[in-house]
Amino acid sequence: MISLHGLTKVFPGGVRALDSLDLEIADGEFFALLGPSGCGKTTLLRTIAGLETPTSGTVTIGAADVTSLPPGRRDVAMVFQDYALFPHMDVTANISYPLRIKKVPRAEREARAAEVAARLGLAELLERRPGQLSGGQQQRVALARAIACHPAAFLFDEPLSNLDARMRLEARTFLKRLQRELAVTTVFVTHDQGEALAMADRVAVMSAGRIVQVGTPAEVFRRPSTTFVASFIGSTPMNLLPGVVRDGALRVAGGALPLPAGLADGEEVVYGLRPEYTDLSPSPRPDAFAGQVSVVENLGTSSLVTLEVTSPDGDHLVQAVVPEDDGPGRDAPAWPVAGGAAWAVPRHPRALVYRDGALVTA
Amino acid sequence: MTARDLPARAGRPGDGRVRHSVAAIGRATFLAAVTGFFALPMLWLASAPFDAHPTITTSVPELTLANFRALLANPYLLSSLGNSVLQAAAGAVLVVTLAATAAYALSRVRIPGRDALLYLLLLLSSVVTGTAAMVPIFELATRLNLIDTHLGVVLTLSGGLLPAAIFILKDFMDGTPTSYEESARVFGARPLQILWHIVVPVIRPGLATIAVWTVASVWGSFLTPFILLRDPAKAPGAVILYTLYTEGGAPRLDLISAFSLLYSLPVVLMYLFVSRKYGFRFHGGIKR
Repeated sequence: MISLHGLTKVFPGGVRALDSLDLEIADGEFFALLGPSGCGKTTLLRTIAGLETPTSGTVTIGAADVTSLPPGRRDVAMVFQDYALFPHMDVTANISYPLRIKKVPRAEREARAAEVAARLGLAELLERRPGQLSGGQQQRVALARAIACHPAAFLFDEPLSNLDARMRLEARTFLKRLQRELAVTTVFVTHDQGEALAMADRVAVMSAGRIVQVGTPAEVFRRPSTTFVASFIGSTPMNLLPGVVRDGALRVAGGALPLPAGLADGEEVVYGLRPEYTDLSPSPRPDAFAGQVSVVENLGTSSLVTLEVTSPDGDHLVQAVVPEDDGPGRDAPAWPVAGGAAWAVPRHPRALVYRDGALVTA
Repeated sequence: MTARDLPARAGRPGDGRVRHSVAAIGRATFLAAVTGFFALPMLWLASAPFDAHPTITTSVPELTLANFRALLANPYLLSSLGNSVLQAAAGAVLVVTLAATAAYALSRVRIPGRDALLYLLLLLSSVVTGTAAMVPIFELATRLNLIDTHLGVVLTLSGGLLPAAIFILKDFMDGTPTSYEESARVFGARPLQILWHIVVPVIRPGLATIAVWTVASVWGSFLTPFILLRDPAKAPGAVILYTLYTEGGAPRLDLISAFSLLYSLPVVLMYLFVSRKYGFRFHGGIKR
C-alpha cells in the first residue's frame, strides 16, 4: 500500500507542483495518475520514487514512512519514459544491474535475468545492446529490469508514450496482463485518458498540483465530478452547454429538458452531455437542440456530427456520435449532410448537470 | 524548354565539356599545390633522418643510420622522451580526472550564472595564454618550490588546458540523459557506483578525446618546461630539440631531423590507437 498525506512540493522559483495532496493506493492495485502536462503528475511519481524531496507531507510505502529515505531504500522500481537502458551494457547486464547493486553473485543474477527475460519474450535478445532493439523490445527490457529486483511497487512514467500507435495498443494489453500476473502495486503516469481508462483499476485525475477526482475508470467516465474532469475524460470532448432553470424545466441552447432533483428556479448551470450519449433526430422535438450540421467526421464504425445550434442565449456547437447502422443514416444515406437541419436529442439519464463547476448529485 | 532552344544548345556541343575539363584541371592543380605545401615538411621528416648530409631542402638521401647512432650517444636525448611521456601522462590523468568531475557537477547541478562562469573561464584561458602569464607563473612556481620539478610543469600546463576540457566534457555530459543516473539511483546505486558503472562508460569517448588532446598539447609545449626546468635531465623532448646546435649556433640538421622523427612517432601512434579503439565519436546517448 502506498499512502500520501499532505504532500506539497514547491520548486525553487516558487512553482507549486503538488498542493497538500492526499492519496491511498491499495495493495496490488494498478493505479493511474492522469492529467494534462504541467499538472504535477510526474512530480508526484518522482516524489513516491524519492527522486524529489517533498517540501512537506509524508510518503508511506507498506508500513514504513519513507519520506526521508533515498530512492534506493524504498523498495520500488521505476520505468522511465525513455526507458533509461544503459547503452554500454547488453540486455543481460541491464536486467541484472539491480541485482549487481545488491551484490548478488554473477552466476545467480545472470540466471535470474535470463529467467525474467524469457518470461517477457526476450530470450533471443540477451546479447544485444539497447541500440539494437526496437522500441517495444526496449520497453520490455526496462520492464524486465524492474521485475528482476522484486520490488514492493512499480512506478511507470508515461510507459507507452515512446511507442508508435499500433505498438501502443499491444503494449497496453501486455502491461495490463503482466500487472495482473505479478499482482504488484503499480502506479503509472499518463496524459492520455484512453490509456488510463483502459489499463487502470483506479484513476486519479490531477490538475494544478491537486487531485480533482479519484475513482474507477467507469466512475470517472460516467460521473466526472467537475467540468474539468468532464472535458478531460473521453475520446470525443463532452458537450458543455450553459443553461438555466426556469418554469420547472432546464433551458439549454433552445431546448427544454427535464429538471433533475436538487436545483432551484433561476439557477445557472452547465449541462454536460457526451457525444456518445447524444442521438440525432431528423425531425423537430422539444427536448432537443435544433441546429445545422456543419461537419461530419467519419470515425469508422460511427460518425461524429457537429451541429451549429443557434438559440436565444447564444450560439453553441453540439457534437453527437451516430453509429453506422443506427439512427436515420441507414434509411436515408444522404443524411446527415453538412448544411442540413438536425436535432440533437440527449439521453436524459446520461446527462450531467454542473453548478459552479461541480457535479450536482441528486 | 521550347523547340527553338534545342538546336541552339546542340550547336556548340564541345563548349560545356571544355569548360568542365578546364575547371577540373584547375581544381586538381590547386589541390595538388596545397597538398604539396603541407606534404613537403612531412617528406623532409621522412627522408632527412636517414640522410648523411641533410639540408633544409628535400633531396634524394644518401641512406645511413648514423644520425640515430649519434642520437644514442647524447645522454639527454632518449631520457627526454621519457620525460615527455611522464609529463604528458601525468597531465592527461590530471586533466581528465578534474575536468570530468567538474563537468559532471556543472552539467547536473543548477548554479546561477553557470554558463557565464564557463564562458569566462574559456575566454580567460584563451586570452591569457601561458605565454602572457609566464612571469607571474614563474614567480608563483618559485615561491611554491616548483621550479625544476615535473610537478610544476604538469600543474601549469594542466591549468591552461582545464577550462577548454571542462567545456567540451560538459557538452558530453549534457548529452547524456539524467534518467540513466536516476534509474540507477532508484535501484540503490551509490553516487560513486553511478559514476563508475554508468557515467564514465557512457562518456568514455569524450574522456578519450580529452586525454589524447592533453597528451598532444603537453607533448608539444615548449615554453613552459623551457622556463620552469633547469636540469637538462628533466627536460622533455621539445626542449632538448632546441639544444641540438653546434657551438657556433648552426643547427645540427642530422640530429634534429632524426630526433624529430623519434619525437613525433609516439603521438602519431597514440592517435592511431585511440582512433581505432574509440573512433573519437559519441555513441552513448539515445536519439529518437
